Amino acid sequence: MTNKLTIFDVAGRSMAAQQVRLNTVASNLANAASVSSSPDTVYRPIKPVFETQYHDVMEKTGIATVDVTDIYQSNATPEKRYAPSHPLADKDGYIYAPPIDQNAEMVDMLETSRQYQNNIEVLSTAKTLLLKTLNVGK
Amino acid sequence: MKALDALFKADSTALSLRQKRMEIIGSNIANAATPHFKARDIDFEAAYKSAMNTGDLTKTSSAHIDIGGTADTAEVRYRVPLSPSLDGNTVELHVEQVQFAENATHYEATLNFLNGRISTMRKALRGE
Repeated sequence: MTNKLTIFDVAGRSMAAQQVRLNTVASNLANAASVSSSPDTVYRPIKPVFETQYHDVMEKTGIATVDVTDIYQSNATPEKRYAPSHPLADKDGYIYAPPIDQNAEMVDMLETSRQYQNNIEVLSTAKTLLLKTLNVGK
Repeated sequence: MKALDALFKADSTALSLRQKRMEIIGSNIANAATPHFKARDIDFEAAYKSAMNTGDLTKTSSAHIDIGGTADTAEVRYRVPLSPSLDGNTVELHVEQVQFAENATHYEATLNFLNGRISTMRKALRGE
């Protein structure tokens, strides 16, 4: 990272990362009930991978933001359910549901939203102080 | 100009340190969910003392180094977490929020002091 990271970059990029995380939570929750007739085609929950991006290589300044470097697709085993009357059931009468823990996703959603709010708070405080600094001596 | 420098040095040093601290704590808050991230901070009092303690020594050679430091050389340290988490992240949001608010308040206070100094100076110049 050669460009100087300002506090606005730091908070802005962190908000972008939290937004990606919120999108993954939304996808997982939306597909929590998407059953399939084969364990290979069933929806796999996705998770973002967060990585700190430092302002300087030596990490001396303490200024760092966060980026999503990867979206990881979980390889947890799909849930096998016996439902012979289900239209999607395979020849043995089984359907496959994605391995999504809805409660954990809701917790993730709340945490994400709280951290997004925190970043907004940082941003607005920094903005107010900057504007006040511009008016010094007036 | 030395008199003016002396008049504004305390406030400008404090402001740069506060600004720096705001960026560092902002970084901590931004990384609150990043595994293995270690929260950082500066000891404002120590950094301020070291930045102000430049003394009256004159540099006669470019190879001379400053005694004390500046706002830019303030040492950034690692925060000791109250309760470490399993993912190796040492950011504790409540701690960071309090520190951020404290820092912002002090920044604003310093701005007010600076404005006061400037208006005093103006009044003196106008002879009011």
